[in-house]
Amino acid sequence: MHLSARPQRRGRRRARLRKGLATAATLTLGSALLAACSEASATPTLNWYINPDGVDTLTALAAECSTDDYNIEVQLLPSSATDQRTQLARRLAAEDSSTDLMSLDPVFVPEFANAGWLVEVPEEVASELADGGDVLAGPLDTVTWEDKIYAIPQWANTQVLWYRKSLAEAAGLDMTQPVTWEQIIDAAADNNGTVGVQANRYEGYTVWLNAMILGAGGDVVSDTEAGKDASVDIDSEAGRKAAEIVEKLVDSPAAQSDLTVANEGTVLGQMFPPDPEAPGGAGEFMVNWTFVYKNYEPNPDANDFTEEQFSDLGWARYPRTVEDTPSAPPLGGIDIGVGAYSEHPEFAMEAAQCVTTAEAQTQLAVTDGLMPSRASAYDAPELTEAYPADLLDLFQTSVDEGGPRPKSAYYSLISSAIQARWHSPMSVDPESTPEESAKYLKDVLEGKALL
Amino acid sequence: MTTSYVATAGEDTSTPSGKPPTSDRSRAEARLGQKLVAPAIILMLLVTAFPMLRAIYLSTFNYSLTAPDDREFIGLNNYITALTDPLFWQTTGITVLYMVVTVAVELVIGFGFAMVMHRIIFARGVIRTSILIPYGIITVVSGFAWQFAFSYQNGFVNDWLPFIDSTFNWFGETTPAVIAIMVSEIWKTTPFMSLLLLAGLAQVSEDMIEAAKVDGATWWQRLWKVILPNMRAAIMVAVLFRALDAYRIFDNIFVMTAGAQKTESISFLTYRQTIEQFQLGIGSALSVLLFISVVLIAFLIVKLFRVDLAQARQEG
Repeated sequence: MHLSARPQRRGRRRARLRKGLATAATLTLGSALLAACSEASATPTLNWYINPDGVDTLTALAAECSTDDYNIEVQLLPSSATDQRTQLARRLAAEDSSTDLMSLDPVFVPEFANAGWLVEVPEEVASELADGGDVLAGPLDTVTWEDKIYAIPQWANTQVLWYRKSLAEAAGLDMTQPVTWEQIIDAAADNNGTVGVQANRYEGYTVWLNAMILGAGGDVVSDTEAGKDASVDIDSEAGRKAAEIVEKLVDSPAAQSDLTVANEGTVLGQMFPPDPEAPGGAGEFMVNWTFVYKNYEPNPDANDFTEEQFSDLGWARYPRTVEDTPSAPPLGGIDIGVGAYSEHPEFAMEAAQCVTTAEAQTQLAVTDGLMPSRASAYDAPELTEAYPADLLDLFQTSVDEGGPRPKSAYYSLISSAIQARWHSPMSVDPESTPEESAKYLKDVLEGKALL
Repeated sequence: MTTSYVATAGEDTSTPSGKPPTSDRSRAEARLGQKLVAPAIILMLLVTAFPMLRAIYLSTFNYSLTAPDDREFIGLNNYITALTDPLFWQTTGITVLYMVVTVAVELVIGFGFAMVMHRIIFARGVIRTSILIPYGIITVVSGFAWQFAFSYQNGFVNDWLPFIDSTFNWFGETTPAVIAIMVSEIWKTTPFMSLLLLAGLAQVSEDMIEAAKVDGATWWQRLWKVILPNMRAAIMVAVLFRALDAYRIFDNIFVMTAGAQKTESISFLTYRQTIEQFQLGIGSALSVLLFISVVLIAFLIVKLFRVDLAQARQEG
């Protein structure tokens, strides 16, 4: 009796447990569905895909720009520009309706606009940006494709020449005057210093080569709106001049030991080497983006740099390729685009305007070192307090007179093809590299060569 | 109701072709079977044949996803471009190298592991599990782990190898980078090989081994004359599976070198054309070529081992 009763009780218990679980599951599912329905019918959420620069500021900005009509939520993209492009393109090619706002590297704008993945900026907003507006010429150019505006510049990045004042002094260089690549390579080589550039096989290397070619009055490609039929111009005097500089640096003691894999981060460590007597111990001349200032600014929570070291940091305009032609500092930054398949394009465009105001840009510059693309922001008191006046002036001039990378729907092909033939820097030969790379680039564009 | 055909003694049941005649019942069963598998076949065709046909179609275009208006029909030109490009042959060469070396090493080590797992008496569960652990780890994770291990800044490989300088950069040149990728691949998939070989080992009759022992065969003779010949089908399956897998190597290269230093495989080249550069035309052509190569390798391996697959499945 006792033995047979136990399984019965256990069976009843199990049945009660099953019933209880089923009720709980139904309630949970029901409430989740109800919540989802009520959320869907209430405030829509706009997804803003941001690159991992100034994430905290951008998150706060997203909250500030959220309204009663919509909430903005940030989604983080990978850190490399190539991966950011791939992820966004994969979403957009699949007509993803949840991609509302995007932080785009300027070189992606023509490509994405050409593919029909970006909503065109409405006439009234576009004319505010373009016709005598506040936006600097360089960033404005990056959002324009076939005479239409497809994004709103949020912040503008540019490269300047960062250097050790003591090193320039030892070399007897007058840094108030424009300097050339040759001058800084010789100065560094003769005074136990180095020259920091980005020469790994990645986008940064294209940035360097493109800036040197533009600085010699040439270009990599022109007539880019012709797509695959663009004119390939890299096999030119300007191309050869750029190759000569690469060769000169490679052959010089001023070349850093990790030159072939150097990027924006690796070159930072060569500015204040611990042992002044060791090779390259006198510091460096380095081309790099605007974040460098905040990087070296003494901050006990983030770094070990001293006031003495920081006061030895100098800045000047990007070096000239040839003596008599002004340099073309590289342009970077972020433009905000609205996804073509967004379910709320009007709200997204409104949000894009909100996150790109002069106030928002000032905030980004002060807290994260990401420089404004609007002229008025450079006059904001918070910014003039955070940066020396001459540095702000240098940033603004560099952005305004900077040289863009080729604006093409095939930019990625162009950039990768150049890297394929110009990397490693050790193999660059002014006699053959520009010619070979032009032929290869043409073949790649015409689909006659693999990349 | 169908009646079954029962052959009586002495009755000739063969048809002119030599096959036994099909009864109504077996015909009906065959029809029912066809109806039952039809949904699965249709689904398979949708999920496998459609993408393949689509790839073949796309491969006849010069087509970039970001320039849809420039799309242009070019026939077989993408195939000509790929097959005449030195980069294609260089990546194919390195892929074959990855495949041959990793499968050969895995076959030897995997067989050793299989023997251990088969014969082990004590702590059987623990040892079998330990051997199989690497296979349970996601390839991307093992790729990162080995990348850190080979790093000259924070890895242990340089410290453990007395003949290597502590500052030696494994990913700075082609040969060491390829070795590092192969080590990661071998570490990750040897357990799979050993698992397949263990299944084959379990099928070798103990009576035969005992008989060979009684006849005075040495351990080595038993291995070469009894065990291995009886495992031929299992070895073929193991080599076939791993070779096809190795030919499609991607993850380890993606993580460890991102294709730099000429370590790129044919899958990686295809990925770069299609996903990174959005060149759907040439990317699809490369996918089709990859598919053809895989079929070719499978055919060659089956021929090489001279195994009747039906027999291997014990259907003979």
